Amino acid sequence: MNQSTLRWLLVLAVYGVLAWVPALPDAGGWLSLIVPMTMYIALATSWALFSGPTHYISLATAAFYGVGTYILAMGIEAVPYPLLLLIAALAGAVLAALVGWATLRLSGVYFVIFTLGLAELIRQVVTWLQNNFGGSRGKYVFTDITEAHIYWQLLALTLIVFFVGWLIQRSRLGFAIRIIGGDETVAKHSGIHVAGAKIALFMVSGAVAAVVGAILAPRFVYIEPAMAFNPQLSFMVAIMALLGGLHRLWGPLMGAIPFALVWEFIAANFPEQTTLLMGLAFLAVVFYIPNGIAGVMESWHRKLRANQEVDHG
Amino acid sequence: MDKRIALEVRQATKKFGGLIAVNDVSFEVHEQEVVGLIGPNGSGKTTMMNLISGALPVTGGYVMMGDTLLSELPPRKIARAGVARTFQLVRVIPAMTVLENVMAGATFGHKRLWGQALRVYSQRQLERVGLADAAEQPMSNLTYIDQKRVELARALAANPTVILLDEWLAGLNPTELQTGIELIRSLRDEGRTIILVEHVMDAIRSLCDRCVVMSSGVKIAEGSPAQVLSDPQVIEAYLGEDYE
Repeated sequence: MNQSTLRWLLVLAVYGVLAWVPALPDAGGWLSLIVPMTMYIALATSWALFSGPTHYISLATAAFYGVGTYILAMGIEAVPYPLLLLIAALAGAVLAALVGWATLRLSGVYFVIFTLGLAELIRQVVTWLQNNFGGSRGKYVFTDITEAHIYWQLLALTLIVFFVGWLIQRSRLGFAIRIIGGDETVAKHSGIHVAGAKIALFMVSGAVAAVVGAILAPRFVYIEPAMAFNPQLSFMVAIMALLGGLHRLWGPLMGAIPFALVWEFIAANFPEQTTLLMGLAFLAVVFYIPNGIAGVMESWHRKLRANQEVDHG
Repeated sequence: MDKRIALEVRQATKKFGGLIAVNDVSFEVHEQEVVGLIGPNGSGKTTMMNLISGALPVTGGYVMMGDTLLSELPPRKIARAGVARTFQLVRVIPAMTVLENVMAGATFGHKRLWGQALRVYSQRQLERVGLADAAEQPMSNLTYIDQKRVELARALAANPTVILLDEWLAGLNPTELQTGIELIRSLRDEGRTIILVEHVMDAIRSLCDRCVVMSSGVKIAEGSPAQVLSDPQVIEAYLGEDYE
């Protein structure tokens, strides 16, 4: 048995344990904490698949998420649920392809601004459509989907994201994107379709965010644009991924877990200062741990190993 | 010389706003020929290389390789057509190992390998440039000269028909220069066509079959190294009018 098989067996075992959380006594309390956490893990990990190697900071997460939410809200009474998730994934991917096609040829700064504006643009369009044609400001989503169902779906989604990320890392696409991140000129002259590779990865992260939005829609019962396309989500996901570290597949996970916990505490105790604290958190991450928690852990690990070698030597 | 034409540059022109960096330049490169593109600083040599490799689009004229009109293709397609290049200022990826840097050249372009075949093949390119033992080292450990070698190995890894070398021999000491010259000559001998921008006169004399001399964006001479280097116009371009 080789190392990667072993690693995957370990991951599956952890997932097997995590799947039993809804069976805990007082499961409701646990779920209200772990559902957002799992959501952020899926979002931050898929975000980093694209933004990690390319260094393009995308603030479009809320746009994809909102599109997914609305697809579910609009379709739940007419279309089978699994089909809606598939449609959400496709819509997220198509939207990402369009955004990518329009902006990835431009330099990074324009990309950041455009993606931030995108969620706002879609929010305005949806609001306008709803006011003029929908007859109401929001939309009710009534399903018999429970919190535990949502949790299991998110758990499965994170597993898919890790697996897809792992496959990409081992593929030509993964190698291409590392070269692009290193030097785009080299990439172009080595025969790489630079825009194509970037768009492909952006589509993956867009699809995941849209599916997350669709999965979570039933949790909120009443869907309205301001909530579905909340720009704070985009910032949160970026900060978590950066906090965790972008250079490893498991990096964003290391950021999402502590940040989601701290955020829960902040939102409960300082509800008025969340934006301020988020800004401070962002600065702290960028200045003090540029390689994220994963980077810190790796350097500790290296030091530990070096010390051991000195001891034995 | 009755060899077939590998690359044809016809009335190539490149304007940057009001500045004409390359002005109506035409020349041909035959198969298995080493052609030196020489001239004083700022004469448009590197721009010419960028036009051939597609880094810059032409403003006028064209570049053809066989039946392929290179000048209307993006760089990735030119690379796939079999043109590889090195850069005047070395471009390598510091976050990768030496071997991975070489592998980058043989995965997506003219040569498309993957897996073990890619590793073995890339390792062989490293051996050619004398860096066999450095394969697993991080790129950032290497000296500038060794980085240049990696760049050449990456270009070779594409198994190119035409290789563009932009001052690849600059900065080498006399021993390294000799090795470098022999290496480039061996590339020609195995059937490749080489265009090099160079300032090192020894290298130009011993290596180039022909030279194209540029000055202020125009071609001022063409011929064997001995011919062009004794051409009064060329001497004037390099050394100024008052040189006796």
